[in-house]
Amino acid sequence: MSAASDGLTSAPAPTGAEVAITVRGLVKHFGQVRALDGVDLDVPRGTVLGLLGPNGAGKTTLVRVLTTLLTPDSGTAFVAGLDVREDAAALRHRIGLAGQYAAIDENLTGLENLTMVGRLYGFPRAQAKRRGRELLERFELDEAGGRQASTYSGGMRRRLDLAAALVAKPEVLFLDEPTTGLDPRSRISLWETIEGLVSEGATVLLTTQYLDEADRLADSITVIDHGRVIAHGTSDELKDRVGGEWLEVTLEDAADRDTAISALAGMSEEAPTGQDAIVSVPVRERRGAIAEAVRRLTEQGIGVDDINLRRPTLDDVFLSLTGHAAEEPSDDPAQEQP
Amino acid sequence: MRRLVTDTLIIAERNLIRLPRKPELLIAFTVQPIMFVLLFRYVFGGAINTGGIPYVDFLIPGIIVQNIAFGGFVTALGLNEDVHKGLIDRFRSLPMARPAVLAGRTLSDVVTNFLSICVLVITGLIIGFSFHAPALHVVAGFALLLLFGYAFSWVFALVGLLASTPESANSVGFLAVFPLTFISSAFVPVSSMPAALRAFANINPFTIIVDAMRSLWIGTPAHNYVWGAVVWALVILVVFSPLAVARYRRAAGT
Repeated sequence: MSAASDGLTSAPAPTGAEVAITVRGLVKHFGQVRALDGVDLDVPRGTVLGLLGPNGAGKTTLVRVLTTLLTPDSGTAFVAGLDVREDAAALRHRIGLAGQYAAIDENLTGLENLTMVGRLYGFPRAQAKRRGRELLERFELDEAGGRQASTYSGGMRRRLDLAAALVAKPEVLFLDEPTTGLDPRSRISLWETIEGLVSEGATVLLTTQYLDEADRLADSITVIDHGRVIAHGTSDELKDRVGGEWLEVTLEDAADRDTAISALAGMSEEAPTGQDAIVSVPVRERRGAIAEAVRRLTEQGIGVDDINLRRPTLDDVFLSLTGHAAEEPSDDPAQEQP
Repeated sequence: MRRLVTDTLIIAERNLIRLPRKPELLIAFTVQPIMFVLLFRYVFGGAINTGGIPYVDFLIPGIIVQNIAFGGFVTALGLNEDVHKGLIDRFRSLPMARPAVLAGRTLSDVVTNFLSICVLVITGLIIGFSFHAPALHVVAGFALLLLFGYAFSWVFALVGLLASTPESANSVGFLAVFPLTFISSAFVPVSSMPAALRAFANINPFTIIVDAMRSLWIGTPAHNYVWGAVVWALVILVVFSPLAVARYRRAAGT
């Protein structure tokens, strides 16, 4: 909050070539609600930042400020070295945005959509058309390019939307829940597309509620809740913060659970926990842990169906940080901006 | 400035490309108004005394003005749809001239308004309407209708940006346009109304515009109606276009 109060003038613009996005003390109110409550953020060039948080945490508000759609109340934000407030017009030439909903005109064909966006970026018609064809091919939409987008599947619409965000070869790409509402196959294909863009050097800020998506795509992850950053790090760092590994034993017979819990009790300082036929125990040293557990259980004559070591998932991280699980995405866009 | 013109034309082109692909809109522009003309001409017309002027001549200028006002719904609904589909966000994230999305929308409305005026005039001519005025006045009538329609498009652009849903855009527009157009000289002589309604109808800008159209097309006394109508249209334009653009700049739908 201290950064926010003097942010208007004093924060120097970190224009170093290595930083694509720098945010300091960003605050945005909607009426009484502090949608952003002093957010700090750095995204190095050429990396993917996963912005994680429950509904209403401020993810979309942050993206809207960084893409010049909203003016922050205080704090500073630089994207591609440009101030989102002072240099908004110049900045719009250098960013691409794909929002929560495929922002395409359904009554235009795929090619007409991309050509229109290209021309609005200032390309002459022929060049805009050429770029549109290029992108349609790249996103495997070339065959559908002459059809109205209303005939497209959900996955195709998202790909067209992403293509529209890439028309001007932006330096920084903002993807707000890019795979929300897609079937698993379309999600994976979109992930591959995003990975391809990143391998070509794009900087991406990606918001998501799907933890596996952040795990797969993001170089680093920022978790926000109630408009504040509550954790930042790589996926591994965040998982380590929650704790070490767990040994998870599936018993042949759930009736043996209590016996199994006492048999495994000596393996760790923390007590094992059990639910149904599964008993979990935290382990500090993974080497020999499985053999040790099997030995202890066999001594008691307990049958084991399955046994494995489990790293905490991002779900565990999310749960321990925010006190609640990552929610299913809602289909109400207004929820992010009360 | 060049950017504004180019971007406005790009957006207008987009709206016009869409038009034939939305059959329900084409029906709204054509079949529906024709139905209204026929209903008034043949169902109500016989019972309405217009003091010597054939009802069909009285009706056509009035119903065209009403139709132009209702045409604004297409603007409101279209913009509201763009807000909800995220298209307005996309446009606002592009380096385009800020007023272009609205200017392009209202410009394409001029084209659709012209089409629907033509449809109604032709329908009118088939069922017995005729111009009783010099050609220059007839053309001036078309121009006045287009100017008025253009001004009204900006009112509906603001409604479309402010409304939370297409349904609410629709009902706001409906609640305003229905009484404004019916409590005017569009369908019946104002003198036939009860005193309170008559007082309202006499100051209603729709009455002035309808009377201006009648003077231009069927040669009724002109008084100051034509200038009054032009002034009204300009006032509406000057008030509502900056409001709509300001709303668009700020953030549509938030």
